[in-house]
Amino acid sequence: MWLIDSSIGRKLVMSITGTFLVLFLLFHSIMNLVVIISPEGYNAICEFLGANWYALVATSILASGFVIHILYALYLTFQNMRARGAERYAVKNNQKGVSWSSQNMLVLGAIVLGFLVLHMYNFWFKMQFVELTGIHTGDFHPADGAAYVQQLFSNWVYCVVYIVWLAALWLHLTHGIWSALQSLGLNNKTWLPRVKVIANVISTIVVLMFMAVPVYYLLGCGSGC
Amino acid sequence: MDKTINLTLKVWRQAGPKAKGKFETYKIDNVSTDSSFLEMMDVLNEQLVAERKEPVAFDHDCREGICGMCSMYINGHPHGPDGEITTCQLHMRNFNDGQTITIEPWRSAAFPIIKDLMVDRGAYDKIIQAGGYVNVNTGGVPDGNAIPIGKDIADEAMDAASCIGCGACAAACKNGSAMLFVAAKVSQLALLPQGKVEGAHRAKAMVAKMDELGFGNCTNTGACEAECPKNVSISHIARLNREFLVAKFQD
Ligand code: HEM
Ligand code: SF4
Ligand code: FES
Repeated sequence: MWLIDSSIGRKLVMSITGTFLVLFLLFHSIMNLVVIISPEGYNAICEFLGANWYALVATSILASGFVIHILYALYLTFQNMRARGAERYAVKNNQKGVSWSSQNMLVLGAIVLGFLVLHMYNFWFKMQFVELTGIHTGDFHPADGAAYVQQLFSNWVYCVVYIVWLAALWLHLTHGIWSALQSLGLNNKTWLPRVKVIANVISTIVVLMFMAVPVYYLLGCGSGC
Repeated sequence: MDKTINLTLKVWRQAGPKAKGKFETYKIDNVSTDSSFLEMMDVLNEQLVAERKEPVAFDHDCREGICGMCSMYINGHPHGPDGEITTCQLHMRNFNDGQTITIEPWRSAAFPIIKDLMVDRGAYDKIIQAGGYVNVNTGGVPDGNAIPIGKDIADEAMDAASCIGCGACAAACKNGSAMLFVAAKVSQLALLPQGKVEGAHRAKAMVAKMDELGFGNCTNTGACEAECPKNVSISHIARLNREFLVAKFQD
């Protein structure tokens, strides 16, 4: 199977799952903004994305996207370390134009994954999981997303933790988005600087939209201002 | 009068492919800043021979930046700290009096060390043999005045063709990937009418060979382009990806 055996095939899988996750993040971050504008509207979305068959199908596709992306990331990185060889250079200098993120995608991905597990516990476990199993794990009604958001971010530690997470995500995406286009062959000499700008713009928009929620609650605006 | 400098060299010494290597430190005095890096290495070797020590083995041939043999990793950079040149084109005026210079061989699993600073870059030849050519068809002589492609495309092909197969791209890459080299070799032909015909087969065969020889997966860091003595652009890698993916989807 060339999607596993060939290096460019593996990169194709990496870039497609990566792009899919970016599109999901765009959707998710726009959805989050609703909680600032209207908590009722946000809860309507939570209701809609509860334990319905379509939300479950979407959740499983999303989960498999993550799983494939992570498995390929581990496989690629393992192969690359082997290709580098056992002996390392004694002196290693950074080349100009090589971003730190591009050389540390696995580390950044692992940070993103670590917080993702926390995030699943914070929200999914108390919402969709409850609706699925009927076991009540949180303090509020499982579709009352706004209440959960407010509860979590009333604790400043969580706000800071989420902001650190988003910083790692930003670094992962600033390289990931243009890299995915390059892997798909959608790039050339003229577009090379442009796709890098596009990647920075998209990652900044996504991360700012995500950040708006914890910052909003951190500034104390969530409890009526 | 020539300006001269005194240097300390830390050179990787390894008796053979399987032997364990280590750094040896040598002092070398009165190096002319007008000499090239390889001339400085020649002086070092004369000094070693005079001391009845084994000279340092290193690869070189043309000494004018066209053969791609002079593989040395100098102070953390393939072909040294100066940009867009090979080791043989590197001048000693890039270094300061009293400086320590660390000289290592290319380190990449697909380029095994033969001795000291010499590595076996045969893997690149094998990739070329897998498809980096155009089958010759004899036939009528084409019209000398016909212009089958535009100047911009011809320039792009020429930029790719400037690759000398030196191996600095794989040596610089944290993933040990040969993508810049393969991309240059695929692009220089894929852009031209003669090469287009066999384009799909070439991309598949060369990539398959590259993977088989144990080169890594490209993660688009761009270290190769920064270190390439011929400044081959990573936009050729996008073309290689395109050529390969289109060929695979046509199957
Ligand atoms: C929301 C989550 C994530 C998004 C949106 C995302 C997105 C991306 C994108 C677009 C790429 C570029 C693909 C390419 O170069 O072709 C990429 C690469 C990568 N990702 Fe992720 N990723 C996410 C999570 C993760 C996680 C959890 C891990 C690992 C534990 C991870 C590890 C990697 C690695 C190692 C690469 C580099 C692979 C390569 O360039 O060959 N990512 N990611
Ligand atoms: S692409 Fe550049 S660095 Fe790589 S082999 Fe060719 S000339 Fe050397
Ligand atoms: S010796 Fe030929 S390129 Fe340096």
